[in-house]
Amino acid sequence: MAQLILYNVTNGLIIGAFYVLMALGLALILNLSNVINFAHGNFLALGGYLAFALSPTLGYWGALLVSPLLVGLVGLVVERVMIRRVYGRDPVYSLLLTFGLAFIMQDLARYIWGPNGLPLGLPDALSQPLSQSLFFITWYRVFMVAVVIIAVAGLFAFLRRTRVGIRIRAGTLDLETVAALGINVQLLRTFNFAIGCLIAGLSGVLAAGQIGLNPNMGDDLLMPSFIAIIVGGVGSLSGTLVGGLLIGVAAALTTIVYPSASEAVIYVIMAIVLLLRPRGLLGEEGMLT
Amino acid sequence: MTATTTTAPIVIRPPRQFRWLPLATIWIVLLIAPFWLPLLGGYTALASRILVLGLAAMALNLLLGFTGVLSFGHAAYFGLGAYGAGLTLKYLAPSTPLAIVLGTMLGGLAGMLFGLLIVRRRGVYFAMVTIAFGQICYYIAYSWNGLTGGFDGLRGFSRQPLHLGPLLIDIRTDGIAFYYFLAALFAIAVALMGFILRSPFGRTLLAIRENERRARFLGIPVEQHIWISFSISCFFTAFAGSLYALLNNFADPMALHYSLSGEFVIMAVMGGMRAFWGPLLGAAVFVSMQDYISSMTVNWMSFVGLIFVLVVMFFPRGLLGVVVRRNGK
Repeated sequence: MAQLILYNVTNGLIIGAFYVLMALGLALILNLSNVINFAHGNFLALGGYLAFALSPTLGYWGALLVSPLLVGLVGLVVERVMIRRVYGRDPVYSLLLTFGLAFIMQDLARYIWGPNGLPLGLPDALSQPLSQSLFFITWYRVFMVAVVIIAVAGLFAFLRRTRVGIRIRAGTLDLETVAALGINVQLLRTFNFAIGCLIAGLSGVLAAGQIGLNPNMGDDLLMPSFIAIIVGGVGSLSGTLVGGLLIGVAAALTTIVYPSASEAVIYVIMAIVLLLRPRGLLGEEGMLT
Repeated sequence: MTATTTTAPIVIRPPRQFRWLPLATIWIVLLIAPFWLPLLGGYTALASRILVLGLAAMALNLLLGFTGVLSFGHAAYFGLGAYGAGLTLKYLAPSTPLAIVLGTMLGGLAGMLFGLLIVRRRGVYFAMVTIAFGQICYYIAYSWNGLTGGFDGLRGFSRQPLHLGPLLIDIRTDGIAFYYFLAALFAIAVALMGFILRSPFGRTLLAIRENERRARFLGIPVEQHIWISFSISCFFTAFAGSLYALLNNFADPMALHYSLSGEFVIMAVMGGMRAFWGPLLGAAVFVSMQDYISSMTVNWMSFVGLIFVLVVMFFPRGLLGVVVRRNGK
């Protein structure tokens, strides 16, 4: 029984780590630009596929580094060409735009790499189990969690310590004042969007090693990421972090008791939070718009 | 942070003696559709689809265009209507009217219930919460295999002939009779929606859309109004959904998925969300294009996505919005 609980908790933490990574990217874009990026799951898939395409030449480690950067670059172009045109318009337009983009990206992935699942080869060192008694934990799982922790810590350090990061946080609270202080808000938003996509790309490479590649691999992560943001609190990245881990572990623990309700439980958590604390666990009062 | 649009409300105002003309045109086109559509390569079931999806898009537009809040989860109530009607026909009683009533109630009541929680958020977050709540319904239909048929959808029911007193209308096998049955129900629903929008309540919704803060200062209970508007919209959407199940004799989880919600929204925007009839026009264009494209290529998703992107970037006011603006100048 202890083994079972441990197994599910580790599972939950790993899934939660993916929710967190995905949700943080979404929340970055949402907070600064007020845009829900429906195509976020497709940026994730793109990261995985690029790693698949690059790993024969660059090896796994090279692909792990280069592929997220390329996804960030694609995000930058997409923001410049399309997304920036809908800032300040009714939210319906940004939603429809990223929604259409998600359709196109998913279809292109299917067109280029085929509809069937593809595996992403891992280095031998990573695919070994940790030990005989903890057979279910491979080194890869430990590695994934480590990378997520490093990425999240890096993101938070970037937002708190660097000038650009501080500007992004300031822009989340009051974009007009930031613009009035002479900061190029357009550029800030472009950069911020690219970072969000880069994080999605990174989670794509990590996810591909665990579950393999398919054109709609990001779709299953999109809805939990939304819920992580709603539960954690709008405008608060630490809230998103807490929310993602919470629903990941809650879903995994429910699997022990009643497997078919494991997905339902995250919606229940969302409903409870909306009922008792509409602004979310760590959400700020003023951000409830 | 409130992202209110500054576009003035657009109202179609032809000269007084011709007020009836647009309405008459719409109804004549709709009523003779089974006769002119085949000449253009269409078929009656396509016209039925346009009516049903157009009704759903118009119901969504009560919220989107006339209350100014964006629901991106309306497929849930549409799908619940479909499942409600299908389950009634399959397990309860072989009666078409009963199926429609129960389907509408199921989707509408779910909308009322979820609405209580959803109206606590505004703007993009309202949209986000509507999507998440919509996915609950998708998830239930998907995983409750025993009742709903799971991923394969609900099969094994069909719409039943109508008994109107001594009169028997065979909508079961006669596609054209079924089209007119749909058109009659569509007319009733649209008349009701028009009536609601012209009422003082409907005017209040417009006031909320134009300036929520001012409406609040005037003492209008904004949350309550949005909730009522959301519930009404859900009832009409569920009504359309129950008709959709009758049309296909089938209900599947994709009728609940947020991608269909997105399609409703694009129909409304494409046709012109500030115009009462805009969503119907949008549905006609979108459904015909989708039908044509998906028969031409397997990569239809790219093209549908492209429609979304192009409409947003180059055509944000929609077809009727453009027409009306040209008239206004």
